[in-house]
Amino acid sequence: MKETIKATLLTEEDIQRIITRLSHEILEKNRGTENLVLIGLRTRGAYLAERISNKIHEIENKEIPTGYLDVTFYRDDFRKRLKQPSVEISSIPFAIDDKNIVIIDDVLYTGRTVRAALDALMDYGRPARIYLVVLLDRGHRELPIRADLVGKSIPTSIGEEVRVRMKEADNEDTVLLVGIAE
Amino acid sequence: MLKSKHLLGLDGISREEIYTILDTARSFREIFDRPVKRVPTLQGQTVVNLFFEPSTRTRISFELAEKRLSADIVNFTSSASSVKKGETLIDTVRNIEAMKIDMVVVRHVSPGAPHLLSRVVNANVINAGDGGHEHPTQALLDMMTIREKLGNLEDLTIALVGDISHSRVSMSNIYGLRALGVRVIVCGPSTLIPREIEELGVEIYHNIDEIIPQVDVLNILRLQLERQRRGLFPSLREYHNYFGITRERLENASKPILIMHPGPMNRGVEISSDVADSEHSVILEQVTNGVAVRMAVLYLLAGGTSEIN
Repeated sequence: MKETIKATLLTEEDIQRIITRLSHEILEKNRGTENLVLIGLRTRGAYLAERISNKIHEIENKEIPTGYLDVTFYRDDFRKRLKQPSVEISSIPFAIDDKNIVIIDDVLYTGRTVRAALDALMDYGRPARIYLVVLLDRGHRELPIRADLVGKSIPTSIGEEVRVRMKEADNEDTVLLVGIAE
Repeated sequence: MLKSKHLLGLDGISREEIYTILDTARSFREIFDRPVKRVPTLQGQTVVNLFFEPSTRTRISFELAEKRLSADIVNFTSSASSVKKGETLIDTVRNIEAMKIDMVVVRHVSPGAPHLLSRVVNANVINAGDGGHEHPTQALLDMMTIREKLGNLEDLTIALVGDISHSRVSMSNIYGLRALGVRVIVCGPSTLIPREIEELGVEIYHNIDEIIPQVDVLNILRLQLERQRRGLFPSLREYHNYFGITRERLENASKPILIMHPGPMNRGVEISSDVADSEHSVILEQVTNGVAVRMAVLYLLAGGTSEIN
């Protein structure tokens, strides 16, 4: 497997601007902060959720309950995987009944992670509604799922990978398009 | 990632594997606090619980773990006396396996029964206790509980107290803890400590009052009266006087000692009631963590098969 970096899709400044815009758009869509709850999907989606939560706090001066979800146990490709993903702890320390949940993830691809997240959230309670917000939409959906708010849409091919690198885990903020050759 | 497709014991397990199981168990522990305490991970997989020896706690714990992973379950219980060893055991399991099952959880009076099974069936085999040999999931839940309460296991001194000879819990604890490099003390009357156990890297003491000032954890083992031959110690009262963990004894500790017991307890024998119910006792947390650890083991073994085949 040989990897080549084909392009930088987003720089640190791009990511900052997108987070600011998405925070405003979330507030606009929800008409303020009432009943608003953020759920970040581990791992990178959780960092995004935290940043958006901080940004909304800056804008509205209100704390938004923010939780983190690991959907590994709900994945439909569990038996097909060769390597088990390492599981992280989910943490949703508040009731989600009747809340307006914003699911936040880094990349929207096949839609299977979001499907798993929806199933997982239903086990936590009955939210009033669920929005989906992603940093990047790279296409190739396999399920009827779409994002409500998108940072950036980028057409990609199947042989490519989108690498989101965030300071919390990778010491830098950047999104790369990587080509993978056998 | 686990190297083997079975969990037969902790003998030979690596520290990475132990931490993989403990970390995964911590993620499963969180599920118990949700309104729906179940995830669909093992949907469509069938697990058989084969209990050739009486068990309440372990059987219920495995069953709950399997249910919370959405597996299909078949329970098979049999008293030890009605099942002959060797061929009959293999035949029983081969027949059950012919009905297309994915995993077998087995408890048996004979040491090595799960190992024997693992050589003849394709399903994943999990040892739920084989005679006086090993009880790996119990040791893993002990480690999970200690880690949760005291943090880094590797800085601690952990004592296993009492009937070491007949205790599979102690064997698995010794293998697991020594794989992590933990200082392990065994303490009990010399008739209940196997010869040459120091070969496993443990320290041997016969006086309980000597170890109390230096340990962080006392894992108090049940006197396995049903396995013992007579005459290993004069009387239960004398055993209690010399080795029973009481509040007075614990007053000599230099710091609060975590009190553990794999159950079922003989109150007033190896442990006094006030110690069992004290604020430092984590006996019930052990039970809760047991379900999480077993979920982690089932999950990791189920996912690991594709790589091995």
